[in-house]
Order: sequence, then C-alpha cells, then structure tokens
Amino acid sequence: MIYLKLFLTFMKIGAVSFGGGYCMISLIREETLAAGWLTESELMNFIAVAESTPGPVAVNMATFIGSSQGGFLGALTATLGVVLPSFAIILVIAALINNVLKYAGVRATLNAIRPAVAGLVISTAAILFSSAVFGFESLGDGFSFDPKALILLVVISAVCLTSYLLRKKSLSPVLIVIFSGFAGALFYYPF
Amino acid sequence: MLKIGLFAFGGGYAMISFFENEFVAKRKWLSADEFSDMVALAESTPGPLAINSATYIGYKTGGVSGSVLCTVAVCIPSFTVIYLISLFFNAFLNIGWVAAAFKGIRTGVIFLILSAGVKMFIKLPKTVFNIVIFAATVACMIAFSVLSVNFSSVFYILISGAVGLTVYLIKRLKDRKKDKSDDIS
Repeated sequence: MIYLKLFLTFMKIGAVSFGGGYCMISLIREETLAAGWLTESELMNFIAVAESTPGPVAVNMATFIGSSQGGFLGALTATLGVVLPSFAIILVIAALINNVLKYAGVRATLNAIRPAVAGLVISTAAILFSSAVFGFESLGDGFSFDPKALILLVVISAVCLTSYLLRKKSLSPVLIVIFSGFAGALFYYPF
Repeated sequence: MLKIGLFAFGGGYAMISFFENEFVAKRKWLSADEFSDMVALAESTPGPLAINSATYIGYKTGGVSGSVLCTVAVCIPSFTVIYLISLFFNAFLNIGWVAAAFKGIRTGVIFLILSAGVKMFIKLPKTVFNIVIFAATVACMIAFSVLSVNFSSVFYILISGAVGLTVYLIKRLKDRKKDKSDDIS
C-alpha cells in the first residue's frame, strides 16, 4: 500500500520537523532514499522546485514526492500526512493549554532541540557537498572529483556573499536557484 | 488564507508580515499581543510555520471548523502548483539544457541548505549547552554517514529534547536543595 506508506512516512516527518523549512531536509532525505522513492539528484531537483514555488517547503516536498510515487492520490495522502501532526498539536494547544510556552520545562526541551536541528541541517549540507564534489558519502565509495561542481559552488557562494555585503540582505532562494540554473546550463550543456 | 498561501514564496518567515497585515491591521481578528504569542508558538512546535499559524488563527476565529478550513485553504495553492509541475517535470528534464541547468541548481541547493543551517547556528544563543549539542549532532551525523550506519534524524531530536529537559530538572533540584539549606542556616 503505497498510499498508506506515503501517509505514515510524511506524518513522521511532519511530527518532528521543528523550525520549518530545511529542518526536515535530513529526515526527508533519509526516508525517501531508504524507501527507494528518489535518488539523491532527484531529491535535490525537488528541493529546488519546492523552494522556488509558493507555499511551505515541507508541503511542497510532500506533494511532489507523493505525486511522483502515487499520482494524485499519492500527492493527497502525503500532503495530508505532513500537515496532520502540526494541525493536531496546534489545535490541542489552542484549545486546551493557553500558554504552553510559559512552562520552563517545555521551553528547556524545545530550546535543546534547536541546536540539534541546526547541526542536522549543516551536516546534511556537508554530506551532500562531499557527495556532489567528491562522489564520496560512506566508506567503500570511491572518490570521483567533480571540479565543475566545486567551481560552481564557489561562484555561487561568492555571488551571495558579495550581494550580502553590498546590500546587507541575503539573496532570496528563488534568485539563487535561477542563478545556479543559468550557471549550470552554461557549464554543463555544451559537453 | 488562500491568498496568503499563494503569495508566500519561500515559506515561513515570508508569511509572517503577510499574516500581520491581513489579520491584525486589516481584519482585527487578532490583537498584536495575541499575534506575537502565536508566532512564538508556531515557531516552537513542529511543522511549517504557515500551517501552524493558519490552524491557530482559524481556531481562534472560528473554532475547530475554522481551523480545518484555514489549514486546508493555506495548502491548496501550493498543492495545486506543485501537482501540476510534477506532471510535466520529467518531460521537462529530458530537454538537454534543462538537465544541464538542474545540474547547476543541485549545486545551488547545497548552498541553500548550508546557508539555512549557518543562519540557524548564528541565531542560537552561544551557551556551552547549545554548542555541545550542536557539535555532538554534527559529529555523530557525519560519522554515521561515513560508516553508513542507519540512525534516524528523529532520534537526534528526541535525545536532545530529553537532554534539555533533564538538565533543566537537575538544575531545579539543585536550586531547591540550596533554598532548603539556606532556610536551615
């Protein structure tokens, strides 16, 4: 039952995705790779699309992966799954506990999750970097150095940093996606 | 709600100012205080910020049915857009230069994830506790990945939450003991 599996997987993702957006990237990556739903490069394509279209990244990812695995119904079940936990939690809090954040114990628990999430996101980026540039992810993989990916990453970082220094504002993700798309077309197409 | 779902590019934080404009200034569904409570709550519970806020605002203005309605409405635009894209995506990728562009975009995505992580880290209060949890998570995650050990991200979140609660309880216990000994003396 692909629909049930999509629903349950995305419910799990929805239930622990503290902080929104990228916080669930590491979990989405693990779950979809383990289920054999996506390859790593498909996943990255989906992230780019989810990030450059309107709406929360988590919902977009769920719809996209669901649709690729089970058509319209798959998209529907996956989206429902990712939304349901947060919906239920907020509803309970709004209805029953007026000010859950005033309890110091609750705050202490939530505050401890924050650094872990930051760590998860950064190490996911590091793993993806190593996999894209060196083709190395775990022992047993060979090394295959891709200098183009490295150059591209350096160029993108340089552009973003300059824009940050000049305008005191970071570039929007959509612009970064568009820019790296152009750069990629120039870089990879003729060969 | 539908309108907000449609315009909120890039998720969460883009929506906050939309929400504030629409519900506090224009419709007066929430007071400014209620609004800031809501943002704090939506940030610290799991799930996308937009969904959490929609559920909350919906409940406060129209009970359970209001919250269902708002949550569904905020999802509809992105669901429709993504579903349509997903239908054509593979055909689109078969075009040579598009495939090349996406090769570049995948590199851009690595940068996006990295900068999101770095931003989160910068925002953290740099206490010893936070840095220990952060460093431990990064170290374990990378070590497990290199050794290809399966260890779900869920556990990092559960463990660090439990550690946070334990540290807090120990601290409180110590404070209480101190209070008692102060009383005796």
